[in-house]
Parts: sequence; structure tokens; C-alpha cells
Amino acid sequence: MAAENIKHAFFCAVITLIIAYPILGLNLIPSGAVVSLEGADGSTIAAIIAAAVVVFLFQLFRDSIMARLGFLSRVNPLSGREPMPQHKRARLESWLLTGIIVLALFWPFFVSRGSVDLATLVLIYIMLALGLNVVVGLAGLLDLGYVAFYAVGAYTFALLSQYTGISFWMSLPIGACLAALFGLVLGFPVLRLRGDYLAIVTLGFGEIIRILLNNWTHLTGGPNGIGGIPEPTLFGMEFGRRIKEEGNTSFHETFGIAYASEHKVIFLYLIALVLAVITALVIRRFMRMPVGRAWEALREDEIAARSLGLSRTAVKLSAFTIGAFFAGFAGTVFASKQGFISPESFVFLESAIILAIVVLGGMGSQIGVILAAIAVTILPELAREFSDYRMLVFGAAMVLMMVWRPQGLLPMRRIHIELKDQG
Amino acid sequence: MLVLENVHTHYGKIEALHGVSVEVKRGEIVSLIGANGAGKTTLLMTVCGNPQACSGRVLLEGRDITREPTAQIMRSGIAIVPEGRRVFSGLTVEENLHMGGFFNTKSEIRESLDHVYHLFPRLKEREQQRAGTMSGGEQQMLAIGRALMSKPRMIILDEPSLGLAPLIIQQIFEIIGQLREEGITVFLVEQNAHQALGLADRGYVLETGRIRLHDTGKNLLNNPEVREAYLGG
Repeated sequence: MAAENIKHAFFCAVITLIIAYPILGLNLIPSGAVVSLEGADGSTIAAIIAAAVVVFLFQLFRDSIMARLGFLSRVNPLSGREPMPQHKRARLESWLLTGIIVLALFWPFFVSRGSVDLATLVLIYIMLALGLNVVVGLAGLLDLGYVAFYAVGAYTFALLSQYTGISFWMSLPIGACLAALFGLVLGFPVLRLRGDYLAIVTLGFGEIIRILLNNWTHLTGGPNGIGGIPEPTLFGMEFGRRIKEEGNTSFHETFGIAYASEHKVIFLYLIALVLAVITALVIRRFMRMPVGRAWEALREDEIAARSLGLSRTAVKLSAFTIGAFFAGFAGTVFASKQGFISPESFVFLESAIILAIVVLGGMGSQIGVILAAIAVTILPELAREFSDYRMLVFGAAMVLMMVWRPQGLLPMRRIHIELKDQG
Repeated sequence: MLVLENVHTHYGKIEALHGVSVEVKRGEIVSLIGANGAGKTTLLMTVCGNPQACSGRVLLEGRDITREPTAQIMRSGIAIVPEGRRVFSGLTVEENLHMGGFFNTKSEIRESLDHVYHLFPRLKEREQQRAGTMSGGEQQMLAIGRALMSKPRMIILDEPSLGLAPLIIQQIFEIIGQLREEGITVFLVEQNAHQALGLADRGYVLETGRIRLHDTGKNLLNNPEVREAYLGG
């Protein structure tokens, strides 16, 4: 027991040293063309060693310290409380959500342009993650090529606007429907596949789309991408300083206010917000409809679901199609936000990040997925202070998360009652 | 009700059923017994169209269902309790039962829900509990209840006694007897030959993909061959 404790504590201390030294101690010094590595100064090293000692001591005496701290849970007045009744909790949740959405509507008018831009990106990821949540979280089909549908949505808008001059609002449904069609097409060959095999095929599909976009140079511009994608307009009002298209008016002139580049950013943010809310509501509706229950049944047990007369084909295809539809949505917004897209934006890493959001948030849980989308997008920004090590911090956060809460931030809620002991 | 005529079923190149003919008449309990690997489950799966029979015919209430897709067969008044229960472990008891009545209207579901809770009061007590946290016997009850939710005219049970305590098996078989009283036709596939034949009107013995014996349940119980092979002498 004691020997075990010492071994464990020593291990923890060494890990502390290994993690803390490169992050806090090492510095990359660029000098001309070469980058040299500089060690930490004395005080930092002393601090790191002190931290390791603290970790060592804490781990060594953890049992007795935790026993002492045990009474704290009894002091906490909330610990013994009954959980809130179901309907009350649901009502509180819907009020809270309405409040957050209202706040989100007015929030961009008080913050910097950069944060609004970041928030738009967060909303795009929320749409993507909610869509993938249908496929992975609800229907249990591991899709590693989800970014393909995102690319289809983005490229549909980019190409349509380039070749036919169709506006954002027309492209939005077209892009989403085309992405849904691709989802349907991908669905057919993978109907009989499950688990690993499905993952590999979808991964291949994602790569095929990316490579196709990269090589079909005369249509997609290949690696050069497509630029000059127009911003969305508000009832024919443009947000640029000068009007690009005939027949349109400009926003600032119509309302007689001074031109500000923020207007455009805020408008895009609001569009993304509205679309994200629509996505969440529509998928929420689906989850409560029979098709939602069919997805879950298929995830839980395919044979049992089929024995009840559910058609595997219809259930899987509907999940793929609906998931892809919202990726197309997100893709259109993304193309419009960036103004320029290239196959670079649709690499496998994107699929992996979206999947990570779904897993971190808790498979099947909408609120969890939304929170995770916010965390995953903003965390790397916040971690900028760690400069070169921010991806390391990000990775460590993910690993820790999976160790401590493998079910995700807010796992899908199911009603369940815990029996109090009768003794 | 259900007729199999000279059915052959293949798994790839291997033939698992070599011309099996079985008939289940309306209102009967028919038991199919056989050793491991005899093809009992294959026979059931063939009825469900997964895999489909490669020759011979399967008739359900006079309709040829040999080539119909599984989903369609399972929606035409027949329900199966799959081997090993296969309840949706993450869903609650109530949600599991709702899944059983997936293609029925709300009022039909409410009606069959009452009926199932009447048959299995234990499920009513566990209504909001996740199915995966229940005991094997309770899960078996849930699996049967789920199958009954679609108001089937015929129910197929694949090894309902698998891995259960004798007392629970007794209960399950009592319920199966009760289903017959309600006019539901039962096709029972079992390794537990003693119980299955005791309850059945008629029985079939399947051996390596062929029907070896066919008689009333009582006669089979007394048949020296069956006693020797399946009832431990």
C-alpha cells in the first residue's frame, strides 16, 4: 500500500516535470534564419521543482488528505438535495436557452470585431457538430469523412456564385440539398458496413471529395481555390462600402448611417446564429419524432431494431442525409464568411475536430455538443499565451477530459430513478 | 399460419438447412428443439428473411414471404423475441416497449402497454429504469413484452430460457402458455427440450439442418430417441 503510494506519487511528480518544463521553461529564440532553443532561468526551474515536490507530497498523502476533506461534502448544503423534477428542469432549461439566445443576439454590438468573427466560426462549428451528432451520436454510425459534406456546401455556393451569380440566400438551400444528396449517395454503399469498416469508407469518401476539388482545376480552381465569394445581402442591401451588383442598395446609405466594416461581420454573425438555432431546433424536433427513436434503436442494437420491423436502409440513409444537409448549411455560411475557399479548408483534421466536439460534448446530447463546440474553438485561442505549446495544452485537455468524463461534458439525458436504500 | 416448404438456406457456400418443412397452425404452440448448430436459429432467421431461403417457400397466413425484405415481414403480424434478449440497454423499459409498437398509433400503443404491464407487473415497477441495468429474467420479460407491443398474431421465441434461473424459466413458460389462451400462435425454439415439449401442442426435432422427428409434444417427450438425445436418458 505505502510502497504503491510512493511509486504512484513519484510517477506523478515526474510527469509534472516532463509537462511543466517544456511549457514554462523552454523558449524558442528566432535569430535570423535559425531558431535556437533556450533553457529556462533559475527561478522558473526552482518553481517547477517546487511544483513537482508539491504534487509528490499530495499524491503521497492523498488518502489521508482526502479523508480530512471528506467532511466538506457534508458541509455543502446542496449535496443532499433531491434532483429537480423533470418538467421543472425542462422548463428552466428552455428559459435559460431563450435567455442565452437573446443575449447572443445583442452581444456582438458591444465587443470587438475579432471576437465577433471568432463567434461566427464557433457557430459554424456548432452547426457542423449538431449535424454530425445525428450521424454519430444518435444513429451510432462512425463518420470520419463528414467534412466532405461541408466542402460540398461551401463549393456549391462558391461555384454557383462564380458561374451563375446566384446569391447567398438562393445558394443556402441548394448547397444544403446538394450536400444531403451526397449524404444519400454515400449512404448506399455503406449500408451493410458497421464500426471500423464504416469509418474507413467514410474516411475515403472525405478524401475523394478533397482530392477531386484539388484536381478538377478548370472547374474548382484546384489548390488555388475560389475567391471573391459574395457576402450575404439583407433584402438586396449590400454591406460593402461600394455596391458590387446592380440593383442592390447599400446598407449604410439606406439607413443613413456612417459606413463601418463591423456591420458586415455582425450581419454574418447574426445569420450564423439564426441558422445554428434553426439547426438545433430542427434536429431537436427530429429526435422526438419516431425517426429519432429509430436512430437510437439502431445504435443500441441493430438486430433488435430490425426484428421490430424497422428498415435498416431507411433509418441509416435518413441519418446520413439529415446530417449532411446541415453540413451543407454550415459550408455555405463558411464560404460566405471567408470570401475565399480552397481544398485546404476541408482536410481530414476538420473531420477529426468535429468528431472530437461530438465525443467531448457527449454523444447525442445537443447542449453538450454546443458547449464542446464553443470550448474546442475558443480554447486554442485562449491558449495563445502558451504560444508554441497551445496544441499540446489542447491535446492534454482532451486526454484528461476523456479520462475523467468519458461520457462527455453533458451526456445525453435519460430519465432514470435511483433507488434509495431501504435499510 | 406459418408454413415452411422444403426450405434450403445457405451461408455463402455452406448449406445450413437441407430442405426443412415445418407447419405452425393458428392458435398452436409449436416447439422446435435441437442441439447446438442444428440450424434452429437459421430456420428462424430464414422466416424473417435474413438470410433468405435459396429454394423452397415460406408462407405466412397463405402469403408467400420468401423473397420479401425483413422489415416488411416483421410488420405483417409476426413478432420475434431474438436470441439473447437484445433489449435496447440504454433506453428505459418504457422506451423499449414504445419501440415495439413503432408502427402503431398512439392509442394502440397505450392499449398494448397496459396489456404488457398486466402480463408483467414487474416491468411496470421498472418503467423508468434503463433496460441494461435489469436482471436477465426481467430483460427477457421486456423482450417478450416488446414483441407483444405490435399486437402480433404470431410470436416467435428464440431460446427464451437461455441463461435464466429455473424459477424464472418457469415464469416465462407460464406466460407463454397464457399467450396461447389469448389466441396468439407461438413458435418456440428451445434447447430446454423438457420444458418446451411439455408446453407444446406439437414439436419438431431438428438435426444438422434436417427435420428428424415430428410429433405431438407429449409423444416426443416419451420418445426414447428424444429422451436419449435431449432429455438425458
